[in-house]
Amino acid sequence: MAAKARTRPKAGVESTGGEPAETLRDYYERMSLVRAFELRSSEMYARAKIGGYCHLNLGEEATVVGLTAAIETRDYLFTGYRDHGYALLRGLSPERVMAELFGKVTGVSGGRGGSMHMFDSEARLLGGYGIVGGQIPPATGAALALKNQETAGPDAAAVMCLLGDGTTNIGAFHESLNLAGLWKLPIVYVIVNNGLGMGTTVEMASAEPDLYKRAASYRMPGVRVDGDDVLAVRDAARDALKQARESRQPVLLEVMCYRLRGHSVVDPARYRSPEETTIAQQSDPVPSFRAELIASGVLSEADAAAIDEAADVRVSEAVVFAEESPEPAREDLFKYVYATPVANAPSALPGEPVMDAL
Amino acid sequence: MTTEVATTRTITYRQALNETLRAELERDEKVFLIGEEIGVFEGSYKITAGLLEDFGPERVLDAPIAEEGFVGAALGAAMLGMRPVVEIMTINFSLIAIDQIVNHAAKMRSMFAGQVSIPLVIRMPGGGGQQLAATHSQNLEVWYAHIPGLKVVAPSTPADAKALLTAAIRDDDPVIFLENLSLYSAKGEVPDGEQVAEIGKAAVVKTGTDLTIVSYSRGTTTALEVAHQLEAEGLSIEVVDLRSLRPLDRDTICASVKKTGHAVVFEDDWLSYGIGAEISATIGEGVFDFLDAPVRRVAAAEVPLPYAKALEKAALPNAADLAKVVREVLNISTTANDK
Ligand SMILES: Cc1ncc(C[n+]2csc(CCOP(=O)(O)OP(=O)(O)O)c2C)c(N)n1
Ligand SMILES: [Mg+2]
Repeated sequence: MAAKARTRPKAGVESTGGEPAETLRDYYERMSLVRAFELRSSEMYARAKIGGYCHLNLGEEATVVGLTAAIETRDYLFTGYRDHGYALLRGLSPERVMAELFGKVTGVSGGRGGSMHMFDSEARLLGGYGIVGGQIPPATGAALALKNQETAGPDAAAVMCLLGDGTTNIGAFHESLNLAGLWKLPIVYVIVNNGLGMGTTVEMASAEPDLYKRAASYRMPGVRVDGDDVLAVRDAARDALKQARESRQPVLLEVMCYRLRGHSVVDPARYRSPEETTIAQQSDPVPSFRAELIASGVLSEADAAAIDEAADVRVSEAVVFAEESPEPAREDLFKYVYATPVANAPSALPGEPVMDAL
Repeated sequence: MTTEVATTRTITYRQALNETLRAELERDEKVFLIGEEIGVFEGSYKITAGLLEDFGPERVLDAPIAEEGFVGAALGAAMLGMRPVVEIMTINFSLIAIDQIVNHAAKMRSMFAGQVSIPLVIRMPGGGGQQLAATHSQNLEVWYAHIPGLKVVAPSTPADAKALLTAAIRDDDPVIFLENLSLYSAKGEVPDGEQVAEIGKAAVVKTGTDLTIVSYSRGTTTALEVAHQLEAEGLSIEVVDLRSLRPLDRDTICASVKKTGHAVVFEDDWLSYGIGAEISATIGEGVFDFLDAPVRRVAAAEVPLPYAKALEKAALPNAADLAKVVREVLNISTTANDK
């Protein structure tokens, strides 16, 4: 539970010893894919192919890979709006994720949700939430449903609910953790602590800046882990999920990482000092994990370059797919408003008469 | 309006808000600002740029993401005579604070028999059209306009942004001050010196004789654009800018429609139970005998707003929709009652 000091740049895995080379290689491939995807998203935003708000996982790749490696296919995942990497590593194709960013009908949410609202019921990714804290009560309710539907045990499903450090200050966080603690729900709340809300630091926003300690109020284990260490993240998340599925013990896991750029693609992050930017860059988990694997002989320089190249090609294919996909049809504007058809459901476009003369 | 007009400057809506906040912070030490990211980050839409630097962290208070908490805290400070001006990043997030606004701020003066007043301002932008998807694109003005005890203003120009914000800050009641994402960079002439609007008054921003368009906020900009365009086609359109949604200036609306005999409401919210419903009912009750055609509303399609550009465009009311309806209303009347 050692706290990772923000001022101490440290990156890379503590030790890759004992981990099969195949697994390490696989994790690097995933990190490289997320990196390539996010860099391209930023580029596509600049070229106005993507609109609205667009928040990237740049700098958080080890966290994204570690958490998604820990979660099983049967588990449910809820996230905030910084969700591209999680969607990709939950198994959604880069094509469908990029198409969502492009607002195309082939996107994971049919082009209706955009960057902040990735959703795939089959992959058990239940969103993608743009309202800060919006995901926390529904994730808690999903865990309540699991508790009703299944008996606890190693094969039971659990819920993982991701949220940012700033999000721990909203009422919904505290209300939900209390419910989970009280009702003994199979859920792991993961605080992805990148040190900042938009420009507000954790210290400015939270009276108890050691966020994992907030678990104590709900008699829940609180654990902090280095988010630049992919294996440590994976192992901590696995352990937390194990407690959730086997003992119905909710856990609060705090993952310490850095956001490499601004809050969203349009934020130049001028409020950050050059020193802070340097620390974030030095902690960048992608190059350091790469170097680590080369140093330990898991990858050659050529292997690593080939992986990066393959990720780039993969993302290029996604861009072509997104570009060539059709837009949602105007006639389908009202298509998903209600599950049960209802008499007199509004279907007027702006300026259409509200009714015909009787 | 009190005016000591000597000069005017052309500035943006954003700048008008920024300058007004600055002027009121300077004028009255009881005024202070609270909001997320309004200090170090200078505001999500940069309305508070430079204010932390000049007034310090006690007057420009960065709050954590805790809308219910800090709106309620502003309310409590107002009960002790402070004059907090809260920024909620967008109106969508105000739903988290709605209990403090509706169940508390709006009720206190009445429920406690006038023993307390609430000089609280809550500023927030609404508006769609920026591909922010369903949860971040709403026009929820009617939620607040419905509530007795609140005053709700929605300026459409930089000059009104200044005069109405000044009035709101000096007002002793809770004022919901509605901004609009698409107006922040709009420019307009703003008179120098102190400008204090009268809350509760609409303005006829263009005179005409054939038809009245009633609108507010961003909608007024579009209404004026359409009115000028139709002018070229020989139609004389009057535009009423509501400015205040609660209280509603029914006299100004009805006086205009009495003159023109035709009315169209242009609103950014959803049609059912929206602002236009209230305007139409007012016209029906007030000047029914003077109407030459049914009042029509141009409003947003009743769907959670999609992200995809084409769907978003289809769902939001625009100038072409408004022009079409204005023509329909005038055609109907000329064929129906051969004047
Ligand atoms: C209720 C609500 N308030 C405010 C916002 C605006 N907002 C979006 S992201 C954000 C910062 C969140 O920071 P954090 O939880 O640390 O997540 P991060 O962006 O760092 O991943 C804010 C204030 C919002 N979306 N919802
Ligand atoms: Mg954060």
